Amino acid sequence: MIGADAIVKCLEAEGVTTVFGYPGVAICPFYNSILDSDIRTILVRTEQNAAHAASGVSRMTGKPGVCAVTSGPGATNVITGIATAFADSIPLICITGQVNSELLGSDVFQEADITGAVESFVKYSYLVRNAKDIPRIFKEAFHIANTGRKGPVLIDVPIDVQNAPVSGFQYPEEVSLRTYKPTVKGHAVQIKKVIKELEKAERPLICAGGGVLLSGAQEELEVFARQHNIPVVSTMMGKGVLPTEHPLYYGMVGNNGEKYANRAMSECDVLIMVGARVADRAVNQPDLITKDKVLVHIDVDPAEIGKNAGPTIPLVGDAKHIFEDFEKEAFCCDTAEWIKTLDGYRREMAKQRHPDPAYVDPAEFIARLTDRMQEDAVYVADVGQNQIWSCAYAKVRKGRFLTSGGMGTMGYSIPAAMGAKAVMPDRQVVAVCGDGSFQMSMMELATICQHHIPLKIIVLKNNYLGMVRQYQHFTYKDNYSVVDLSGSPDMEKLSAAYGIPFLRLENMEKCDETIGMFLKEDAAMLLECIIDPMDLV
Amino acid sequence: MKTRIYSVLVENRSGVLCKVAGLFSRRCFNIDSLAVGETDDPATSRMTIVSSGDERTIEQIEKQLNKKLDVIKVNTYAERQCITREMMLVKIRYNKNNRREIMELCEIMKVAIVDMSRHFMMLQICDTPDRVKLLLEMLRTVSIVEVARTGTLALAKCSENDEG
Repeated sequence: MIGADAIVKCLEAEGVTTVFGYPGVAICPFYNSILDSDIRTILVRTEQNAAHAASGVSRMTGKPGVCAVTSGPGATNVITGIATAFADSIPLICITGQVNSELLGSDVFQEADITGAVESFVKYSYLVRNAKDIPRIFKEAFHIANTGRKGPVLIDVPIDVQNAPVSGFQYPEEVSLRTYKPTVKGHAVQIKKVIKELEKAERPLICAGGGVLLSGAQEELEVFARQHNIPVVSTMMGKGVLPTEHPLYYGMVGNNGEKYANRAMSECDVLIMVGARVADRAVNQPDLITKDKVLVHIDVDPAEIGKNAGPTIPLVGDAKHIFEDFEKEAFCCDTAEWIKTLDGYRREMAKQRHPDPAYVDPAEFIARLTDRMQEDAVYVADVGQNQIWSCAYAKVRKGRFLTSGGMGTMGYSIPAAMGAKAVMPDRQVVAVCGDGSFQMSMMELATICQHHIPLKIIVLKNNYLGMVRQYQHFTYKDNYSVVDLSGSPDMEKLSAAYGIPFLRLENMEKCDETIGMFLKEDAAMLLECIIDPMDLV
Repeated sequence: MKTRIYSVLVENRSGVLCKVAGLFSRRCFNIDSLAVGETDDPATSRMTIVSSGDERTIEQIEKQLNKKLDVIKVNTYAERQCITREMMLVKIRYNKNNRREIMELCEIMKVAIVDMSRHFMMLQICDTPDRVKLLLEMLRTVSIVEVARTGTLALAKCSENDEG
């Protein structure tokens, strides 16, 4: 057995089923060893997408997604994918090949100091110097990636280490890391304090972030909110914590959120922020969520608490554990009046749109699309105007809503959806992007064809980088600079070139019929929707 | 702005200094001084970092340091809670007119003259950071050639509650 075999054995021991990647000489021993394993390998068309695909895997399975790329440019290309995962606390294991240990530091062909380069985007990284350390390092890496505040871990393995003999392979049962013991259980005294505040509360509100989904606490949150009649709003990463049409769900907060959700945030008297960073997009003025109210901040990462807003009650722990503990406390709070007020806001403050009937209205289209998608479907939104429309109008029931929230990485949707579909073949997976974001990942159409991943892709086409155009419309009085997407390919011919069936929707007339055809079969398909280039979110 | 001393016990591994220093620069935390050395256990090093900032920054520095997986323990002190020392070597040019004066200064400030040639001498001070600064001030009138400082070292004052 050599180091590369040991790596594959480690992945098998962790239950990894799929590895996304792109080979090069420095990672070839690994790709040779993996031939003897049942682990499925999927060749992406650029390394960044291997990390996004692994992110899709991770978000669907709750386990770290794995990608493996070569040294130098392979490794540097993957950085954006790692940073995207890091910003959203998505656990990844990213294996990079590296030049021969003896040549490290001498700037040889395809050498890049990748552990140095990714330092600010990973939870931890390893440069493996000795093949006998492989089992321990992989065990630690999977543990670190998927516990506490989750995140990507990079393992850089020089080619000679991959080729070095390893004897007596044994995958460790446990990890021993003296410096890493994340707090998952909330402090009993703090929990009592929260309950006491809720008892007094007249207008309590829960604002749920991506952390609730990462800890798998959707059910606990729903039970808690329902039993005590506490309304819930979410951040972008928290979309899907409750079904969109749950009576207690009052939409997404923030700059691009619902006015009534923001109104709820400013008028509540006890605000429970859970698994959310209080970052600028969700909470524009952190001072406002501490003024005249009790702020309870629950997060598994103590550094997030107090970073952007000083809470009245800090509570460190994992959302699932904490809601379980809340459940044990008997209390009641009367929120009938508050719910009535919020229902009124929801009716009066819903976004009003005046779409041009000559085009597809993305809002109406997304609403109708998600009405007809399967109950447990996975909706993957890209970045741009399309993301904001997706957040506002996509209805999530028992499915998932995936997007790049923290980093806002264009091109995320197709590879992430590819990862999701690869590990959840029975579920409907739809990627929705704009024509800008589509062109950042359209090379993956080949991956979809090659590996028979029946992904459904929707391109909302307006021939502009719409989000930036909108910004230039407001900020620079329509002085458009570098946002025109003329020169984009004919989508129908492009689809034909890959042998992917194609549909086009030009206005709302045939909307339902087209959606029906698009969703009918579990096959790859591309649907282009022509939207108003001047539309605003 | 408050000054804090972070006494950070870390795993003695390559790259750890870079990670800690990178954390400070990335998050725009100040480093007033930084000193690193192995402890009695060769597997661990202690970094002593002096930094300053508002209340929130001070708290974030400690929390962010604790997040680093190579960091074993972080203790945050105000200056009065610990004994601090810094060492400095100063090479100066002297002449027969100021030699007497320099030697008197050395005597008053408990500074050792550790090397000497016909025109140059090297002074060594090991004292509190304030006194080191003071010496540098006092030497402004003579010609300073080179200065090397260790940065502040600090340990919490002895207490009967100390562990081990």
